[in-house]
Amino acid sequence: MATRTIQYETVVETVERLCIESCYELPDDVLKALKSAADRETDERAKKILGQLIENASLAQQERIPLCQDTGLTVVFVEQGADVTISVPDDDPKLCITDAINEGVAKGYENGLLRKSIVAEPLNERTNTKTNTPAVIHYSIVPGDKLKITVMAKGGGCENKSRFKMFNPTDTKQTVSNWIIDVVRQAGANACPPFIIGVGLGGNFETACLISKKALLRNIDDHNPVQFYAEMETELLEKINDLNVGPQGFGGNTTALAVKIETAPCHIASLPVAVNIECHSHRHKSQIL
Amino acid sequence: MSNVIRVNTPLSDDVVLSLRAGDEVLVSGVIYTGRDQAHKRLCELLDAGKVLPIDLTGQVIYFVGPTPAAPGRVIGAAGPTTSSRMDAFSPKLIAAGLKGMIGKGYRGDEVRDALKEYKAVHLAATGGAGALLSKCIVASKIVAYADLGTEAIRKLVVTDFPCVAAYDAYGGSVY
Ligand code: SF4
Repeated sequence: MATRTIQYETVVETVERLCIESCYELPDDVLKALKSAADRETDERAKKILGQLIENASLAQQERIPLCQDTGLTVVFVEQGADVTISVPDDDPKLCITDAINEGVAKGYENGLLRKSIVAEPLNERTNTKTNTPAVIHYSIVPGDKLKITVMAKGGGCENKSRFKMFNPTDTKQTVSNWIIDVVRQAGANACPPFIIGVGLGGNFETACLISKKALLRNIDDHNPVQFYAEMETELLEKINDLNVGPQGFGGNTTALAVKIETAPCHIASLPVAVNIECHSHRHKSQIL
Repeated sequence: MSNVIRVNTPLSDDVVLSLRAGDEVLVSGVIYTGRDQAHKRLCELLDAGKVLPIDLTGQVIYFVGPTPAAPGRVIGAAGPTTSSRMDAFSPKLIAAGLKGMIGKGYRGDEVRDALKEYKAVHLAATGGAGALLSKCIVASKIVAYADLGTEAIRKLVVTDFPCVAAYDAYGGSVY
């Protein structure tokens, strides 16, 4: 099979650009969802706050100010075609795509005037790496000769409220749903509602968490292709919006803009469930090379 | 519709007591930034009986770690961070004279008790509106802990900085 070569520098430049653009430009589907939520919202203060978020997004883009001061931990999803190779600079043959991605993140956060929020280790010194690296990178190898790179700037406030739980395989949709709704209720004002809720059902310990994050990358208007889970998404969204948490937790019927469920096969003994809470500042962008 | 109240810093007891949970508050004047690490350091100084790098009497601390300022700009995006992470520290600072805080989200009982006891207020600004809120900041200067980078203590001057009184000095809460 002929392989296609992508230059190391191309990966660096792409990641740099995606980091910057995602932190300054709210995706169209999110903006649209905020606008229709503002139209539907009946609580006066909630409406006003949604208006602020819409204004914030246009100001960010026009005046080149990041949407939010927490420009996140950079999560990068890479789908690398099996026929793609990355050609590295001659003078440093040990480099690989991981280096290119981290170089791109470091450049993006420096040149884009984004906040560097990563510390080198968690519990001892917590020294800032000053580059916003390392990124958290998830690779998958797929058929073909394309390279898809998705950058997500994930805020700390909403990530902190994300949860995982092992259920019994005999537990019901209702039991699982009640727990998911409770996780959202507990996130409340602290995680900057309105949210996008990523749910990972199945897999194992780490897969459930990973697919709950991948779920966030779907278009805000789409549904799980399986009717059972599509209905569950709709039911969860309704119940979450009945919580009266509302934008910023001050009340209102806009607690979440969407619920996205992703599923994976799992062990006969297990039913892992993960909820990844994403704030309204849902910053992500992809490029196919 | 709730009241809109303009306040100037530093805050007097009278001003604090005029605010009720749910009021819209527009803050003008000097406020200080501080988040996790700065709070930890300030409390360590208080525990050791030492002098703080800023006089907290009547002051307001805004829980924020801004993005770097673009050339010619005062500050970058500057919205609030989650207040509850400061719960372990705020009562001590309130006892030392702090009158107001600005953040997002809930506060614990220890903070609510301190707000009542010492007549102080907790305000909420819109989380995730960092671009919009930055427009209300007219001056910014690092005054302590520069080594903390974004977490340094900055002296900001704000004009009509929009907040909601989230927890008042009477035990009331907007949530
Ligand atoms: S939760 Fe999201 S919107 Fe809120 S401060 Fe963090 S990154 Fe910004």
